[in-house]
Amino acid sequence: MKHTLNLAGRNLFDLDVYTVEEIETIFETAKVMKEINSRDYKKIPTLRGKTVATLFFEDSTRTRISFELAAKRLSADVVSFTTAGSAMKKGESIQDTVYTLNAMGMDLYVVRHSCPGVPQLVHKYSQKPVLNAGDGRHAHPTQALLDMFSIWEKRGSLKGLRIAIIGDILHSRVVRSNLIGMKKMGANVVVCGPRTLMPPKIEEVYGVQCEYDLKTAIKDADVVMGLRMQLERQTEGLFPSLGEYTSRYGLSNKMLEYAKDDVLVMHPGPMNRGVEILPEVADSEHSIIIEQVANGVAVRMALLFLILGGKPGREVA
Amino acid sequence: MILLKNGMVYLSNDKKIIKADVLIEKKVIKKIAPSIDEKNAEVIDCAGMHIFPGFVDMHCHLREPGYTYKEDIASGAASAAKGGFTSICCMPNTKPAIDNLSTLDYIMRKARDVGKTKIFVIGAMSKGIEGKEIANIATLVKGGVVGLSDDGNCIQVAKLQLNVMRYASIYDIPMICHSEDYSLSGDGQVNYGYMSTKLGLPGIPTLAEESMVSRDIMLADVTGSRVHIAHASTKRTVELIRQAKKDGIKVTAEVTPHHLVLNENACDGFDTNTKMKPPLRSEEDRKSLLEGLLDGTIDVIATDHAPHSDYEKELEFMKAPFGVIGFESAFPVLYTTFVKTDLIKLEELIDRMTSKPANIINKEVGELKEGAAADLNVFNLDESFTFDESEILSKSKNSPFIGMNMWGKIYYTMCDGKFTWKV
Ligand SMILES: [Zn+2]
Repeated sequence: MKHTLNLAGRNLFDLDVYTVEEIETIFETAKVMKEINSRDYKKIPTLRGKTVATLFFEDSTRTRISFELAAKRLSADVVSFTTAGSAMKKGESIQDTVYTLNAMGMDLYVVRHSCPGVPQLVHKYSQKPVLNAGDGRHAHPTQALLDMFSIWEKRGSLKGLRIAIIGDILHSRVVRSNLIGMKKMGANVVVCGPRTLMPPKIEEVYGVQCEYDLKTAIKDADVVMGLRMQLERQTEGLFPSLGEYTSRYGLSNKMLEYAKDDVLVMHPGPMNRGVEILPEVADSEHSIIIEQVANGVAVRMALLFLILGGKPGREVA
Repeated sequence: MILLKNGMVYLSNDKKIIKADVLIEKKVIKKIAPSIDEKNAEVIDCAGMHIFPGFVDMHCHLREPGYTYKEDIASGAASAAKGGFTSICCMPNTKPAIDNLSTLDYIMRKARDVGKTKIFVIGAMSKGIEGKEIANIATLVKGGVVGLSDDGNCIQVAKLQLNVMRYASIYDIPMICHSEDYSLSGDGQVNYGYMSTKLGLPGIPTLAEESMVSRDIMLADVTGSRVHIAHASTKRTVELIRQAKKDGIKVTAEVTPHHLVLNENACDGFDTNTKMKPPLRSEEDRKSLLEGLLDGTIDVIATDHAPHSDYEKELEFMKAPFGVIGFESAFPVLYTTFVKTDLIKLEELIDRMTSKPANIINKEVGELKEGAAADLNVFNLDESFTFDESEILSKSKNSPFIGMNMWGKIYYTMCDGKFTWKV
């Protein structure tokens, strides 16, 4: 192992305060975790006695299962809090919820919320490490880490790669964290989508290239990532029809011809097949979409392990 | 009689600061002179201190009736007095709204009983500040309101705004416009631009303000009524006002201390005490506001003191209400940021916080001169302090300036010859 950085006790609100070395430490630890996940008996005792609370104020079954599986494979206890039918509906505040859970002895919180900044709020009230599992359209750092890990595994590094991210950039939390992380790891990133779905000053904020034409964006790309198009954006007047969107920004085989021959196709899921990505692309040999999901568990295991006090190195296995 | 000795005194008539004594008899400033001897007076040594006319704030929220858990007339008045204010104007977005005589009378009576500061009332433009029907404006004017506004509930329908202005134009009172097109601001939380992208929060474009400012200026032009643009926040707003003044349209404008001092970067970190309407804008906008203030395009500084309780502000950023308090930090923040750095002359700052707003609301307040009401404050400008939450007199503590080191500590405030604040 190259790195022996200690991430114990850290929060993960977003990737901005993480260094290249720290991100590589997470990747290298995730590689070990991935090996554990390939065993017949997929469990190690490392976090026995620790309790992880998953607070999902907004539904996301996929992400929640990924985190809970990660915690369980490390033998942590998992407490799962979702808003459906909970006290939040009766007007209990986040503050009260966290105080209550804290009194029961949580060691780490995984937080998902529709409003940006809530993970920070949970940390403020809990004084325990918090992993951001998606806060509004602000950040989704574990998704970004698993995306980046998936590329890193295939290519050995992100340095100098041309990565094109296509779709609804404005409403995507995944994009924001990915832009921070990918730029940090040395990639050249281009974002592309309709102008109504592009946040202002994106070049300035993230140091990325912004294009409105798909061909230009994809040209010579090493990686192409499609983003989920939420159908309600049409009724909000942000684009006129799915047909027009797909014809301008849908990822098809024809479009992929502009990219590099060995281009990797990614998607954070869940996909609208036939809208932002055609099945021919989603199921092609370029696609690593299913691997992303598997890597998600490994990356989250690595984070829980490192933040709850594990030291990188052989002791993992 | 009270004799303030050896202070540096701002003279409203000359916009000048001289070393002098000030003699107060009952409610009135009896004499200002280089040296006054008066055996029967209580003497207060003001050596090393500055004596200013009491500040006039033409835009604040006292939350009574209806929201007294945030603030009430007594706590708001105490907070104002501690900030050196002796006249404040409260906005009509109370519950019930100030669109009727009984609510107006209630506030004026309560204000007299509390006594800590003069309270003037802004009446509603539309009934219930709902933007649907024109309010009983003639009744409100007769009852004593000093301006009309629906403030944050900015009338969206141009026709109604036109009728309000046309109807009210026969009275010489300002139409105070919080100019915001809701179809453009939507569920925006912070400035549309760098910070909305970085924080992933919906943005409020400058256009939401500028398009409404344009409308309100044009309506002032055709109706001949006086328009006062509240809390200007963008570069183009300043340009629009500058041009309107050149064109002879009756327009005045205010800016808040927070829009002058902070930019959108303050929102990084999701502190809900940086959430306000209009939002903190870009550095370019902020600089334009300062320029506009300096060249007279923007006439006055107003606090937009907007108290909210902890449990409302300590929520998710998207759920927390807009607004910050302002009385107790206004002068020290401006003095520290602009006067100490030679960007604004002290005399100019005082003028914008006293005579200028008093002129717009047409009241003879905020003047330090012989024969005027004894409304004044005493500051030691060479003393610094940290703006501490525990010392705030407002019921609410939602200030973006908490923890800031400031110069200019207040020692006394006097309103109508009575001390309303003493260290
Ligand atoms: Zn206001």
